[in-house]
Amino acid sequence: MSEVHEQRTPVVLSGLSEDDPHLQPAAKNPQLVERVIALNFLLGIVLVAGFGASYWVNAKSWILGATMGGGLLFIGVGVVAWGKYLMPKGPFVEDRHPHTSPQVDRDAFAAAIVERGGNVIKRRKMLGGLLGGGLGIFSVVAIFPLLRSLGPLPKGTLFHTDWRSGSYAVDQTGRRIQVGDLAVGSIVTVFPEGTQDTDRGQAVDQTVLIRISNQNFTTQKGRETWAPLGYVAYSKMCTHLGCPVGLYEQQLQLLVCPCHQSMFNVTNGAIPQFGPAPRPLPQLPLFIDPQGYIRAQSDYHEAVGPGFWERP
Amino acid sequence: MSSDVVSTKRMKQQSLGPYGAVGKALGELDDRIGVAKGGSSFLNKIFPDHWSFMLGEIALYSFIVLLVTGVFLSLYYIPSQAIVTYHGSYLPLDGQHVTQAYASTVDLSFAVRAGLLMRQMHHWATNIFVGAIVIHMARVFFTGAFRKPRELNWTIGSALLILAIVNGFLGYSLPDDLVSGTGIRIAYSILLSIPLVGSYLGFLVFGGNFPGTAVIPRFYILHILIVPGIIIALVSVHMFLLYRQKHTQFPGRGRTEKNVVGSPMFPVFMAKTTGYLFIIGGVTALLGAFAQINPIWQFGPYDASRIGYAVQPDWYMGFLDGALRIWPSWSFHSFGYTIPFEVFIPAIILPGLIFNLIFVWPALERRFTKDHETHNLLDRPSYRPKRTAAGVAVLAFVSVLFLASSTDVIANFFHLPLSAVIWAMRILTIVTPFVAYPLTYKICLELQTTKGGGKRKTPNMVSRTAEGEYVATPAPVYVDDQHDELAPAEVPKFITAATPESDGDGVRTIDR
Repeated sequence: MSEVHEQRTPVVLSGLSEDDPHLQPAAKNPQLVERVIALNFLLGIVLVAGFGASYWVNAKSWILGATMGGGLLFIGVGVVAWGKYLMPKGPFVEDRHPHTSPQVDRDAFAAAIVERGGNVIKRRKMLGGLLGGGLGIFSVVAIFPLLRSLGPLPKGTLFHTDWRSGSYAVDQTGRRIQVGDLAVGSIVTVFPEGTQDTDRGQAVDQTVLIRISNQNFTTQKGRETWAPLGYVAYSKMCTHLGCPVGLYEQQLQLLVCPCHQSMFNVTNGAIPQFGPAPRPLPQLPLFIDPQGYIRAQSDYHEAVGPGFWERP
Repeated sequence: MSSDVVSTKRMKQQSLGPYGAVGKALGELDDRIGVAKGGSSFLNKIFPDHWSFMLGEIALYSFIVLLVTGVFLSLYYIPSQAIVTYHGSYLPLDGQHVTQAYASTVDLSFAVRAGLLMRQMHHWATNIFVGAIVIHMARVFFTGAFRKPRELNWTIGSALLILAIVNGFLGYSLPDDLVSGTGIRIAYSILLSIPLVGSYLGFLVFGGNFPGTAVIPRFYILHILIVPGIIIALVSVHMFLLYRQKHTQFPGRGRTEKNVVGSPMFPVFMAKTTGYLFIIGGVTALLGAFAQINPIWQFGPYDASRIGYAVQPDWYMGFLDGALRIWPSWSFHSFGYTIPFEVFIPAIILPGLIFNLIFVWPALERRFTKDHETHNLLDRPSYRPKRTAAGVAVLAFVSVLFLASSTDVIANFFHLPLSAVIWAMRILTIVTPFVAYPLTYKICLELQTTKGGGKRKTPNMVSRTAEGEYVATPAPVYVDDQHDELAPAEVPKFITAATPESDGDGVRTIDR
C-alpha cells in the first residue's frame, strides 16, 4: 500500500532515474493499448485517404465530411490515448516562482517613471502642454474623416416614404391594384408604383393593403375618408424593430409580426393589442380614382417603422 | 576504404556531440538567440490534469477550425449587394434577381467542391466556439480561478466572449438570406433606438437608411479581418498570461499554492492537446457532414418586405431576442423626442449590465471579501456558496431569456395562446433568479456537509464470526482518492458558510 502511495506522490521531472515508476506508462497493459492506438491510426489513415479520394471524384458533401471527420477523430483519439496511457504517468511537480519582485526593483521601476519621467514633464510644462494638446486635437480630428465619410446624415429622411399624393398602389410584380382585385378579408403587400423592385421600396415603402369590408371604413376619428370601400392600408414595417408585419390573422383581424409577436388590430387603426410594439402602424390614406385604381391621398402622416430619438 | 568511412562517420558524430544533428542545430540557434534555457523550461512546464481544463482548449481549437474553414469560404464568397440574375447550379433560383452575396453563397454550397461541408463546418464551429467560451468561463467563475493574480485574464476572456458573439452575428449576416437579413434589419433598429445619436449611428454604419448597399461589404471586412485580428491578439495575450502565471489547480495530494502538479508540456500534454485539436476538427467535420445548418437556399434571398415563420438567430443571440420579445412596450415620448425604451433597455442596457457585471466581478468580490491574497488553488464551488449561487442565478436568468426567444414556437407546439406564453416568460424571468439563488445556496451547504464527495465508494468486507455475528470491515480508501489536503482555505467573512450542519466526519445532525 505504501509503495503505491509513494508512486502517486508528485516528483520533480528532471533528474529521475530511468526506471522511476513516475516515468512508466499509465496503462496496465501497454501492449494492448498500443495495438488499439495503432488500429485507430490505421482507420484514421484509411479515412483521411478516403477523403482525398472522395474529394478527387467530387463525392457528396456528407461523404467528404464523414471521411474527413472520421479520419481526424480516429487519429485524434489515438494521439490522446498515446499521451494518456503510454507516456510517463507522473504526477510531476513544478514550483511556482512568485511574480512579485523585490522592493528595491519595484522602487527603481516606479522611480524611473515618476521621478525621471515626471521631472522631464514638470521642467518643461509648456512643451508638455503643447504636445498633449497637439496629440489630443489630432486624435479628435482624425476621427472625423473615419466616421463622417461612412454615410450621409439622416436629416429628415426617416420621416418620409416614397408614397406621394396620387401614387398608384402596385403589388410586387408592379401590377396596379384595382377595386375588384381583393375580396373581403384578403391582403396584399403594395408599394408606390416604381419602387416595388428597389431595396428602398421594399424596406421603407412596404404597405399592407387589406380589404376589411365592402363599405367605406373608419378606423379612427379623422380618418373617415382613408379607407374607401373597406380598403385599409398600413405601413408593413413593425413599429417595434422594423420587421415586416407579415402574418394576417383574418378571424381576429390582427396583423402579427413574426419577429417578436407584436399584434396590431386592423379595425381600429392598427393599435398594438399585445407584444412589445409601442405605437400603432401608421395608416396610409387611400382614395379610389374614377378608373377604379387604389391610390394614395398623400404620404404617411408620421414616420414609419421603429422608434428613434428625433421622432416626436 | 571502409575503415575510412567508419572513421569519418565517427568523427562526424564526435564533432556533433551526444545529441547529434538536432543538438547541433539547437546549439547554433542558442548561440544566436539563446533558446536553451527558456526552451527547456517550456518543454518541462507542468500542466495540471483535470478534465475541466480542456474547456478552454475546445474554444481555442474550434477557433482554429473557424480560421481554416473561413479562409476557404473567403476564396469563393463575394461581399457585394449588387443585384445579379442567378444562373447557377441551384435550379429553383434560376433567373431570379438576387444579391451577389446570396448568389455566391448558394453557389459555394452547390457548385464548389467541399463548399457545403466547409460552410456547415464554419457555422457549427462558431456555435461550438461561443458555447465553449461560456462553459469555460463558468468553470473559471465557479472555481474562483479568476481571483488575484488572474483578474486581467478574466477580463480578456470576457472581452473575447463579446467579440465571439459579435463576429458570429456579423458572419451569420453575410449570406444576405431572408433570415439573416431580418437580423440585420433588427440590428439597424437597435442602433436607431440609442437616444441622441441613434439615427446618426445607424446611417453611418449602414451608409444611409436601411438597407443601403454598404452593409455587406462592411460587415465582411469586420468579420474576416478586424474582429478576428482583435480576437487573435487577445487570445495571444490570454495564452501568454496563462503561460506566465501557470495554471490554477484543485487542492489535493502534494498540491500547494506554491507548486503545480500534473504532466509535462512535452511530450504528455502536447500529445493530448494535439490529439484534442484533431478530435475537435473531426467532430466539427462530422457535424458539417450530417447535421444541416443554415440552409439559406431554403430561406430565399433577403427581401425587406418578406418574412418567414419562427425567425430566430443563432443560439448565442437568443437571450437578446428573448429579452426583446418579453419586454413591455414602454416607449417614452416627450418634448418632441422619443426614447424607444422598448428596444433600448432589452437590447442595449440589459446586455450592457450583464457584461459589465462579468467584467467587474473580480473587483466586486475582492471588495466584499477583503480578500487580496494571491490564489493558485481552486475553490470547490460548494465551499463558496454565495458566489456559486450568484453565478447560477445569472445563468438561470439568461437561460430563461434564451427560452423566451422561442415564444412563438412554444405557443404553436403546445397550442397555447401567445400572450399566455409571453406572460409566463415575463414572470419566469423575474422569478427564476430569486429561486435559483437560495436553492443553489442551500445545495452548496448540503454538499459541504457531505464528506467524501467526488470520491469512489469503497466496499465493505462482511464476514460472519463463529458465533454467527456479522462484522463489516470497510476497505481502505482508494489511493488516488486520499485527498488529505482537500480541506478548504479559510473562508473570508463575506462568504462564510452558514452554521455547519455536521458534527465531525460523516455524522449529520438534523434539527427537527
